[in-house]
Amino acid sequence: MRHAILKTTAVAGLAVLLAACGGGSSAPGGGTTSSGEPSEGAFPDLSGQTISVDAVWTGAEQETFQKLMSDFESKTGAKFNYTSTGDQIATVLGTKVQGGSPPDVAILPQPGLLNQFAKAGNLQPLSDEASAAVDANYSPIWKELGSVDGKAYGVWVDASNKSTVWYNTKEFDNAGISSEPQTWEDFLAAGKTLADAGVKVPVSIGGADGWTLTDWFENVYLRSAGADKYDQLSTHDIKWTDPSVEEALKTLAQLFGDKTLIGDPNRALQVDFPTSVTNTFSANPSSAIVFEGSFVAGVISSSTPSKVGTDAKWFPFPSINGSSPSVVGGGDVAVAFKDTPGAKAFLQYLATPEAAALMVSTGSFTSANKNLDPSAYPDDNSRAVGQAIVDAGDNFRFDMSDLAPPAFGGTKGAGEWKDLQDFLANPNNIQGTMKQLEADAAAAFK
Amino acid sequence: MAVDATGTATGGGAAAAVPPPGTGGRRRQVPWLGLLFLAPALILLGALVLYPIVFSIVRSLFDAGGETFVGLGNYGRMFTDHDTLIALRNNVIWVVVAPTIATALGLIFAVLTERIRWATAFKALIFMPMAVSFLATGVIFRLVYDQDPAKGVANAVVVSVHDLFNKSSEYPGAFPRDKKALPAHDGGYETAKPVAAGTPAMLPLVGFPPAQLPDSATQAKAAEPSSGLSGTVWLDFKPGGGGTSGVIDPGEKGMPGVVVQAVRDGSVVATATTADDGTFHFDSLSGGAYTLLLPQSNFAEPFNGVLWLGPTLVTPAIIASYIWIYAGFAMVLIAAGLASIPRDTLEAARVDGATEWQVFRRVTMPLLSPVLVVVFVTLVINVLKIFDLVYIMAPGSVQAEANVLALQMWLVSFGGGNDFGFGSAIGVFLFLLVIPAMAFNIRRFVGER
Repeated sequence: MRHAILKTTAVAGLAVLLAACGGGSSAPGGGTTSSGEPSEGAFPDLSGQTISVDAVWTGAEQETFQKLMSDFESKTGAKFNYTSTGDQIATVLGTKVQGGSPPDVAILPQPGLLNQFAKAGNLQPLSDEASAAVDANYSPIWKELGSVDGKAYGVWVDASNKSTVWYNTKEFDNAGISSEPQTWEDFLAAGKTLADAGVKVPVSIGGADGWTLTDWFENVYLRSAGADKYDQLSTHDIKWTDPSVEEALKTLAQLFGDKTLIGDPNRALQVDFPTSVTNTFSANPSSAIVFEGSFVAGVISSSTPSKVGTDAKWFPFPSINGSSPSVVGGGDVAVAFKDTPGAKAFLQYLATPEAAALMVSTGSFTSANKNLDPSAYPDDNSRAVGQAIVDAGDNFRFDMSDLAPPAFGGTKGAGEWKDLQDFLANPNNIQGTMKQLEADAAAAFK
Repeated sequence: MAVDATGTATGGGAAAAVPPPGTGGRRRQVPWLGLLFLAPALILLGALVLYPIVFSIVRSLFDAGGETFVGLGNYGRMFTDHDTLIALRNNVIWVVVAPTIATALGLIFAVLTERIRWATAFKALIFMPMAVSFLATGVIFRLVYDQDPAKGVANAVVVSVHDLFNKSSEYPGAFPRDKKALPAHDGGYETAKPVAAGTPAMLPLVGFPPAQLPDSATQAKAAEPSSGLSGTVWLDFKPGGGGTSGVIDPGEKGMPGVVVQAVRDGSVVATATTADDGTFHFDSLSGGAYTLLLPQSNFAEPFNGVLWLGPTLVTPAIIASYIWIYAGFAMVLIAAGLASIPRDTLEAARVDGATEWQVFRRVTMPLLSPVLVVVFVTLVINVLKIFDLVYIMAPGSVQAEANVLALQMWLVSFGGGNDFGFGSAIGVFLFLLVIPAMAFNIRRFVGER
């Protein structure tokens, strides 16, 4: 126990040190606004005040966030009252707001919730200082993602990356593929080479879970249609019968329609996400490539003998028609429900590279903070994942199906999930798939 | 008819019999005292049963938001919505198949266990699945039906039986390097151009892991030019890649044991098998205009078992797991019924010279039929509300094909649909379906009293 505490403190201390270095080097970037610079003097003395924080995190993730709170405590003297809401954060916060006692700060796992609470007038806009810190440390898209009707409310505490394609390095070596595919054509060619080398199902697809297929579609769509179209399709401002959707499905059909690349689609439809990963990284793998978010690393470590970073590596989702780096992902956003000095200062703190360095220090999280010193990451893998988010800059987009009404984008066996599963079973039916998607979207978005 | 008459009579008698204990020898009591005693039960029944039923019926007449009155619109939608119709069809299959098989199996087990020594142990074994929750059963059977024969026991059995009769091929999944030079033909591959004797044919294959080549395989080499037809079949891929495709590079091994057929005018004239270095010779064939055929038997994919949880078999597969649970339930009830049949009736039949089959058919079955009907009807009620097994066992990609009404009700109201009006309509419809079975069972119970 004591050992653990010592270790934690040591790591935290080291991280602060690293962050301080990072902060120093980033000073020119944040130079336009004095408050963008992470210096301890920027925060007011808050001794005697208590800041209540609600978030979904428990266990290791909570411990990570605890480091940020401890650091803020030591800087300002404020005390924290952390409550884990579990998965039901929308219900818990909704009840608290109704009851007139919301927390000072909440960390929301879905952008939809920020919208909901902001529109209901429950949130406090960011203070000028916090707003300046966001401007200084994040790509403009992140401020936009935390804004409703032009007012900024949120600070993105972490960001996740769902544009990572994982591969088995042994199979790649065996097939003689020396460089990671950069483009969609390279990617398909690599799959064919793997098939020649005797890999039965070069690209493993977890088709039994519909959300893996929506992630495939979103990544292809963001690259083939561009970020603007992506935004319009997310909000159903353009229809699913749009030519851009057809083009994305055609691109996807180059993969889904090729049995040498994905094997028998009817079998792919029986494979759930964890199995799609173990099929690729088990001792006797039947596949060599699996696409999903950065959380694949966790499945690899927990259920296969492969080691992330040596046996299992990833490359960014390939570029389509010369598209620039783009990332589909998610994140957690901190918002203030109360207009207290503590809440204001804490949000400002969360936007600093210093806070980001603590957040990523355990490897559970990655950050979109562009002034974060990459050395704050504990390992190469999470560093690269985080770097890809920062590199994508304003081409970062939220998972489209998470933004859609659950009936369309989040229901097992229905809506987008089911339609794309049917598409996987029959990739020639592009027109029918588009019509079905549009019909389901129209019903859910009304 | 007789049952009906006694049923009503007893029912009426019971109702009439209630007041006397209260009145006793005294004068008639004020009615509110009786009501007071009834109140707790009435309030509970009203709050927990009556109110939800009435509320559901009212709710089913409104739209998703609950503000607009839509009349019977939700009910109309039930019979036009594609997913709900599939759920309805599946429910019919469930109600017809599951109780019938479970009751029949229960009867067989009950009759057979009556005569064996370890009857109790056997019954306990069959009954045991009843102790397992639907959720756990679903998880277990998902594993049983796993498509990978190395994980799913159902496919392991199917594959072992299949492989007893059909040997798998030597090079499953291998395919030609150049599909234009060696196009597919009846599952195998045949050269596009005729081959002449004297110039060795090159037949490069890929798509097979080099590590799985037979140990005897050696470095491939071109066949010696001779007067006869000859050539080489080799794996045109070496570990680590590199090399030129279509050319035998150092490190590329021959594929021994591949059957090669020489074809002339559409009929096979000779058959050869490749050597360890991949070479084959038809010494007796000379001249030209042969095509070379690598028949399917070389490349047939191993049998991978049945897609139990695929779109076509998913409902029967889930019903089978339901029967695994409920056959024991049926057996225990039927066995109890059997035990209560008077022995002397059976003895009398035997003394009169009836065979065992006749005793079963003419004596046991008629005496047992009330129990069988109760078991059957109870199972019908149980099957109508089946939810968990389907929800857990059907993979997302076939959930729509495996859907049943109770699941559809949940899906449209809570599972993302958020349409409580439509969900209530399905709930009310299910309620209507259960009513006849319930009424039947209640009548029986009353009649038996």
